[in-house]
Formats: sequence, C-alpha cells, structure tokens
Amino acid sequence: MIVLKWLFLTISPCDAAEPWQLGFQDAATPIMQGIIDLHHDIFFFLILILVFVLWILVRALWHFHYKENAIPQRIVHGTTIEILWTIFPSLILMFIAIPSFALLYSMDEVVVDPAITIKAIGHQWYWTYEYSDYNSSDEQSLTFDSYMIPEEDLELGQLRLLEVDNRVVVPAKTHLRIIVTSADVLHSWAVPSLGVKCDAVPGRLNQISILVQREGVYYGQCSEICGTNHAFMPIVVEAVSRKDYGSWVSNQLIPQTGEA
Amino acid sequence: MEDEIELKTAPADFRFPTTNQTRHCFTRYIEFHRCTTAKGEDSSDCERFAKYYRALCPGEWVDKWNEQRETGTFPGPL
Repeated sequence: MIVLKWLFLTISPCDAAEPWQLGFQDAATPIMQGIIDLHHDIFFFLILILVFVLWILVRALWHFHYKENAIPQRIVHGTTIEILWTIFPSLILMFIAIPSFALLYSMDEVVVDPAITIKAIGHQWYWTYEYSDYNSSDEQSLTFDSYMIPEEDLELGQLRLLEVDNRVVVPAKTHLRIIVTSADVLHSWAVPSLGVKCDAVPGRLNQISILVQREGVYYGQCSEICGTNHAFMPIVVEAVSRKDYGSWVSNQLIPQTGEA
Repeated sequence: MEDEIELKTAPADFRFPTTNQTRHCFTRYIEFHRCTTAKGEDSSDCERFAKYYRALCPGEWVDKWNEQRETGTFPGPL
C-alpha cells in the first residue's frame, strides 16, 4: 500500500506525447522554458481580449432583439472610439512583442564554444547520428543509425511509435551543437521537450544550439512529410551525466571499424 | 584505464553567424587542404582544420569531396 501511494505521488516529467495531452511537454532547455513563459504572457492578454469581445458580441445580439429595442440607433461615425480601438490593440501588441522579441533574439545568440557537435542526418525512413569529434582520420569513428522499434517488438512500458533502437546520448548541462541535414528528401528533427524543430534539407547544414538542463529521455518525431514512413522515424535524446557520456563514447569507440 | 573523453569541437566561426553552416563546413575543408598544400601533408598545424571539418561535415560529403579531389573535379579553390 505504501508502495502504491509512493507510485501515485511520484512526480514524473512529461517528456513525451501523452494521450489527450492539452498543454506543452515539460521544458528541458532554456529555449523551451522561454517559449512556455512567452505562451503564458500572451495567453493572459488573449483571455482578456476574448472575454471582452464575447461580452460585446453577446450584449449586441441581446440588445438588437426586436422586442428589447424596436428602434435601433443608426450611428455611422465616432472619431474618439475609432481612435481608442486602434490605439489599445497596438499597445497590447507592443506588450506582447517585448517578451517575444527578447526570446527570439536570445535564441539566436551564438554559443562561441559548444562542447560537442552531433550531426543528425535524415534518411527515408530513419536517422543517422555522427559524433565526429573523436575521428582521427576521415573514417567515422562513432556513427549509428536510429530506427523506430516496430510495435510487435515493443516491451512492456515502452512508447508506441516513439521508441528507437539507438538513442542519441548527450551530456546534460553542456552546450551542444546539432547539425541537421538530409541524405535524400526533406525531413525535420523535432524534440518538443527541448524546444527544437529544425528542417533537414539535402545539401544544407542547419545548426542548432541546445543546452539540456536535466538528465532524462526526450522523445520527438520527424516533422516534415518525407514519404510513406514519415510517421515512423522518431527521435529519442537521452541526456546523461558527463561521466556517463564519457563512458558511453569510450565504449562505442572501442571497435575501431566505426560501427556502434 | 581509459582517458577522459575530451569535450572539444569546432568553435563557432563569426564568418558564418547564421543557421546555415554549409559554407562553414566547405570552407574548413578547403582551409585544411590549402594548409597541407602549403605546409606539407603531415604538418601538425593542419590537424586543427581537419578536426573542424570532420566535426561539421557529414561523412558522405567528405568522401564525395575526397573522390572529386582525386579525379580533379573538386569545385573549390584548393
């Protein structure tokens, strides 16, 4: 019974899609936290405006009933009110723009010294990850493919359409540079918890900077239509401590043929 | 005992401040090969550039460019 109580009262972060989910997944990067905060700021004004507009609408419909007011007014102009209902929305938009631009420009800040570069290469229909910082020649020393685990091979507790055989292991609390590209058609590398969505364009290298603030496993899915199995090439990022990352890399590098 | 894995990679280059890093990868590759042409194949000064282009460029691209260099069809100022 104590175990049951503990199970139900444990807080577990939402880093994957939940059935009937309404809100965002929990943030694991400063970018995502910024997006969630901006959403809360805008939502406040949104509710004010919604309530006001609905009130005016309902009131107008109510008072326009032939029994309530048989002779309607025929006002055509009203300079003061027209000025007011232009100025007030502009002010509201300014209040929304300030946190919005702050977030937008801070997302563009260049991280001068990322610790690691990871390449995410989209294929039909899987991702390849290259960790080339440890290459001693042009041979890739750490590269692997990441395929979705099909439904019939899932174990109890695993997530349908989200689990992969090889996860992207990254160190937490470290600046990462992810370079996203494609080997065939357009794909998109998206992980909602990390606040990341970046198109994979063949012939182009798109760079994103991430700082994962807590250890955990984060799920995402390909976000650009790429053929019949577009829905079946998910992304799983596993953030571990720096020490565990070091051990993982060392273990992957031992077979020098290059395959994980 | 294994050595601690060093967490170092190609630094941000202010010549390429935007999201599109295609030119950055290409430029580093060319810089490495111009360095080896100028300083010799096994110069350790050029190793820096090698690390940079290997970190940024997908393996397939590097293989393709190496082939093009061998056949003399590389489209860049080597």
